[in-house]
Amino acid sequence: MIGIVDYGRGNLRSVEKALEKVGFEATIMASPAELSTVNGLILPGVGAFADAMQALEQGGWIEPLTQFARSGRPFLGICLGMQILFEIGEEHGEHTGLGLLTGRVVKFPPGRKVPHMGWNSLRLEQPSHLLEGIPNESYFYFVHSYYAEPGEKKDIVATSDYGVVFPAVVGKDNVWGAQFHPEKSSPWGLQILTNFGKWVNEDETLSSHRS
Amino acid sequence: MLSKRIIPCLDVHEGRVVKGTNFVQLRDAGDPVELAALYDQEGADELIFLDITASSDNRETMVDVVRRTAEQVFIPFTIGGGLRTIGDIRRMLRAGADKIALNTSAVQNPRLIQEGAHAFGSQCIVVAIDARSNAPGQWEVYIHGGRTATGKDVLEWAAEAEALGAGEILLTSMDRDGTKMGYELELTRAVSRAVSLPVIASGGVGTLEHLAEGLTLGEADAVLAASIFHYKEYSIEEAKRYLAQRGILVRHS
Repeated sequence: MIGIVDYGRGNLRSVEKALEKVGFEATIMASPAELSTVNGLILPGVGAFADAMQALEQGGWIEPLTQFARSGRPFLGICLGMQILFEIGEEHGEHTGLGLLTGRVVKFPPGRKVPHMGWNSLRLEQPSHLLEGIPNESYFYFVHSYYAEPGEKKDIVATSDYGVVFPAVVGKDNVWGAQFHPEKSSPWGLQILTNFGKWVNEDETLSSHRS
Repeated sequence: MLSKRIIPCLDVHEGRVVKGTNFVQLRDAGDPVELAALYDQEGADELIFLDITASSDNRETMVDVVRRTAEQVFIPFTIGGGLRTIGDIRRMLRAGADKIALNTSAVQNPRLIQEGAHAFGSQCIVVAIDARSNAPGQWEVYIHGGRTATGKDVLEWAAEAEALGAGEILLTSMDRDGTKMGYELELTRAVSRAVSLPVIASGGVGTLEHLAEGLTLGEADAVLAASIFHYKEYSIEEAKRYLAQRGILVRHS
């Protein structure tokens, strides 16, 4: 079972429907208490960095999310949900993020239309579970004004080019992030959700063997 | 690099897709959810549904269309027509829409743009402008489905919408809508230059050449079309192949 974190931000329904479409069960979680019932987690989000962190804090999510990430179970942040995986966000002043990945989230420099809105292509920087079967230069749907600058180059899995080359997919161990919206990026976005779902199921099998 | 978008527009009247000429003479063009799913498969980059009945008794029908679309369509889609309050916007977003197009209500109550952008983010607030030429190089904003002149200048209104927090402009030339003569390029270019938001060109597409012109000479970020796709004159795939041959960057799926 995949849990979708509901902290009052983001189009949760479309993430849930997209997972259903590719054959995985998902549940929208209104409270951190439900984290123990899921084997994989999706952290969605639209809006501003500080607002999202504040909403997570008010919902009592911060510590439970950190623990979930440490438990080794698959964790995927989408769009703003990816950005807040990092240590610092520079949207409307400096704000602290979840710090599950090192680095900061910065604004696109002037000289282009912001938000970066529409379909952009992915350049695969290293092989990964999450992007299995995704061809180089396939297109995904982005809407964002800020982008991540990871502290560790090896956490960058794929990049896109909007005048600056920025990370489109990041990942370290079990914690992953997509700057685009896989749930709105038919057909390759659905492939990514399929890969994530399979990974959650495999992990589930492994943990039941362990116990 | 960021690609140019092709956006089929579905005008919905009492739960069916229709198409008229210059905002009148409606013809039936099919079931909205079926058409939306087909366009997604064919490689459309986004979809827009405009509820042209937009009476409050019809709202339930539209929410149902949105909900069913969200179950089958995995590209972004926008809903417009008769949305007047933050509550209306929230309802459509909750049903599964990604963006909301505001037209008459934004002109009558510009604060709705601001409040919508604040509550849900600029990325989901599209300001739709119906423009009619009243002198060379000058266009006036019309509301109520093109029936009421407002005295507002299109370029000024576009800039004001941006300042209030709109995330995108959907620009329809009333003079060209339904004529198949091509987009009004001068208007499109003027608005594209007046704002730093993405601009969707609309009104008048009859050929694939028109799509290319809108994106190049019109300097639009996206092109909207209805009848050429609904009546199968061209498929989305043909349109993309043509644009790619013309050297325009489009998404291939």
